Amino acid sequence: MKSFGTGLLMLLVVAAFLALWIALPWQGVVVLAVLLALWMTLTRRGRQTWQVTRVGLSTVWQRLGSSSVVVVGIAGVVGVLVAMLAMSEGFAETLRATGNDHTAIVLRGGSQAELNSVLDRDSANVVIQAPGVKKGADGKPIASSELVVVANLPRKGDPNSDSNVPIRGVSGDVWALRDQVKIVEGRKFNPGLRELIVGKGAKAQFEGLDVGKSLRLAGQDWTIVGTFASGDALESELWGDTQSVASAYRRGSSVASVTVLLDSPKAFDAFKANLAADPRLKVDATTTREYFSKQSEGLTKVLRIVGITVGIIMAIGAVFGALNTMFAAIQARAREIATLRAIGFRGVPVVVSVMLETMLLALLGGLIGAGIVWIIFNGYSASTLGANFSQVVFRFHVSGALLWTGIKWALAIGFIGGLFPALRAARLPVTTALREL
Amino acid sequence: MKYLHLIWAALFRRKLRTFLTLVSILAAFLLFGMLDATRAAFSSGDSVIGVDRLLTTSRYSIIQSLPSSLATRMQAIPGVKAVGHANWFGGIYQDPKNFVLSFAVSDNYLDIYHEVQLPPEQRKAFETTRTGAIVGEALAKRFGWKVGDKIPLQSTIFPQRNGDKTWPFDIVGIYTPAKGAANGTDQQFFFHYKYFQEANAYQSIGNTVGWYVVQLTSSDKADQVAKAIDALSANSDHETKTQTEQAFNASFAKQLGDIGLIVSAIMGAVFFTLILLTGNTMAQAVRERTNELAVLKTIGFSSRSVLGMVLAEGILLLVLGGVIGLAIAAVLVPIVAKGSGGMLNLPPIGTQTWLLGLGLMVVIGALVGALPAIRAMRLNIVDALAGR
Repeated sequence: MKSFGTGLLMLLVVAAFLALWIALPWQGVVVLAVLLALWMTLTRRGRQTWQVTRVGLSTVWQRLGSSSVVVVGIAGVVGVLVAMLAMSEGFAETLRATGNDHTAIVLRGGSQAELNSVLDRDSANVVIQAPGVKKGADGKPIASSELVVVANLPRKGDPNSDSNVPIRGVSGDVWALRDQVKIVEGRKFNPGLRELIVGKGAKAQFEGLDVGKSLRLAGQDWTIVGTFASGDALESELWGDTQSVASAYRRGSSVASVTVLLDSPKAFDAFKANLAADPRLKVDATTTREYFSKQSEGLTKVLRIVGITVGIIMAIGAVFGALNTMFAAIQARAREIATLRAIGFRGVPVVVSVMLETMLLALLGGLIGAGIVWIIFNGYSASTLGANFSQVVFRFHVSGALLWTGIKWALAIGFIGGLFPALRAARLPVTTALREL
Repeated sequence: MKYLHLIWAALFRRKLRTFLTLVSILAAFLLFGMLDATRAAFSSGDSVIGVDRLLTTSRYSIIQSLPSSLATRMQAIPGVKAVGHANWFGGIYQDPKNFVLSFAVSDNYLDIYHEVQLPPEQRKAFETTRTGAIVGEALAKRFGWKVGDKIPLQSTIFPQRNGDKTWPFDIVGIYTPAKGAANGTDQQFFFHYKYFQEANAYQSIGNTVGWYVVQLTSSDKADQVAKAIDALSANSDHETKTQTEQAFNASFAKQLGDIGLIVSAIMGAVFFTLILLTGNTMAQAVRERTNELAVLKTIGFSSRSVLGMVLAEGILLLVLGGVIGLAIAAVLVPIVAKGSGGMLNLPPIGTQTWLLGLGLMVVIGALVGALPAIRAMRLNIVDALAGR
């Protein structure tokens, strides 16, 4: 009954520690590390701890097999976790970067995505002329009536696969409206011609998008005349002139959306209210920031949940692996620890030194796992099906914050994996241990 | 088998160590079960029921529709048994989050999709109700729909002729998917193409269909018929691409991302660690028992049976932990699927997963047992007993 009580108490302590640990910012961890270092250099107990730890660490090489279990196990957990989170972060970031507060997008009411939206020419004109839209040097409002269609293109290296690649028809004002878009190769398309420019991301993922090549869309041949970079989700797209695209896909004069440049971010509320009050229109207006952020919400959440679930299950496996290893290590060093205790070392240095050893191994594992993921996956380009029923190309982003999360997980696993063996080491009956062969 | 009690005793010689190792193995196979279910959920193309069906879509884009006049010409191709068609509706129920997989389908659609099983009287009701709709049992359960309910479904694409985006439907039937139907079959919503065509604001929709479904007289004619169908519209402005339903589903799932690759990468990392961990435990266990093994050999156990016993110990350890892990996964997967509110359509853990899992347990068990087992086999009795 007593041991059950202590077990339960331990569990609560560990749970409390984990909760605290996860909430702890990096400054807190630095303070903890400094405190530990001070304690180890300034107090007698601390110096004893340092001695015991050194002995333990010096024998790690002799226990290479079992020590590497801790390191590799934790590296695996951290690697998978960081990779999954980097994927979700990269996707969210790409879409977040696509929008901003000084442009707004207007869709047919209730459409949610451009692919489903249809605005007739008259409505589009009303939107463009609405108050709050910034006027250019020539006095005309800066706006782009756009149309998104999807085309089937094969993925690079897999000629039989079909991917839905978005083709966006844009108006001449788009360059002033989306100033992040830069031509990096070739030239802009000419309005009225069947010419396309391709995003860098699309070019990297799909077959046959090099400048000068011709592409067959809806039964017509189109020429690719340039490549553009924008650093966001637009890079997944192919751009052409709205009217050319509309005629190829037999859309008449209708468009899918109108994107406008606002006088200022503050002008949005008035712009929106104005459109809502207009009896000629049935449209939804959102800032582009909100529109694109919303598109990433679902997938980002799913990826995070999957990543953390997989991480937790793997972490459970790794904790038990670490426990096993450290129990074995204590057993192998039982006589040595008993000797230390016999010559006057107290329990605390022994406990702390075993914990330190495990956490150092865990730290090493975490660094290796996070490092490998950073080397392989940072900037790795992938694509998935987005809200427009078409491919969104994005890059994995292994941020510093993610690496830090990985290291924190590693240390938490090391803490639990070291705690119980450390307590056992401290409780080891000196006489039995000394007698043991 | 007769040594089972010996192996068992050896396995639980150090209870704590075996317990800790078992939990690690359990975690690995729990993950394996859950990930494999996820992978299976995204590879619904494996269903055997649709082997005699082709899908004809626009070659240029999924959003392009096809002329409805193509049907009669397709019907005339030898090897074609029936031609049906369908259109994407993009339905949502009450809230944009409640996406409903809804299709307007031709009258013969239910004959072609024979895995959609409807009681005869409900089938009759569907045929005679203009605004009638039939829904899969899982979908009906998700929203609490019953036969006789009138429900409004909003289309994100098609407004009605009166400008309203909400379409009224009468639920006249709830179908059950036949055994072997693709995953997610029980989540669909079908209604009449005629209703869709007549009430649609876009009157031109009447001359087009979203895609064709072709039923073959025999599945081995698939290639030949597909080529003949595509030849009908070659070099027109509505070229088609005809492929088996399985190929279509597979390529669609691939667009989400290579789920299979991600799953295998994670499992690779997990099993590599597991081999290292369990291998280490086994090596330790055998090292500790050097004496006992020597005694076994002294009293007449052959080197080979000692080898077998250590190998069997490794396999038993893996199978024990693995079966418990997979069993937990089998319980957990339906709970997760239910908890996601129809978002994640995880199929229950099937025979194939169990077989693959058992295979992995045996292989990994043999792998981790191999080195210690060979060491035990080569053990020199005299040296071992002398503690050298």
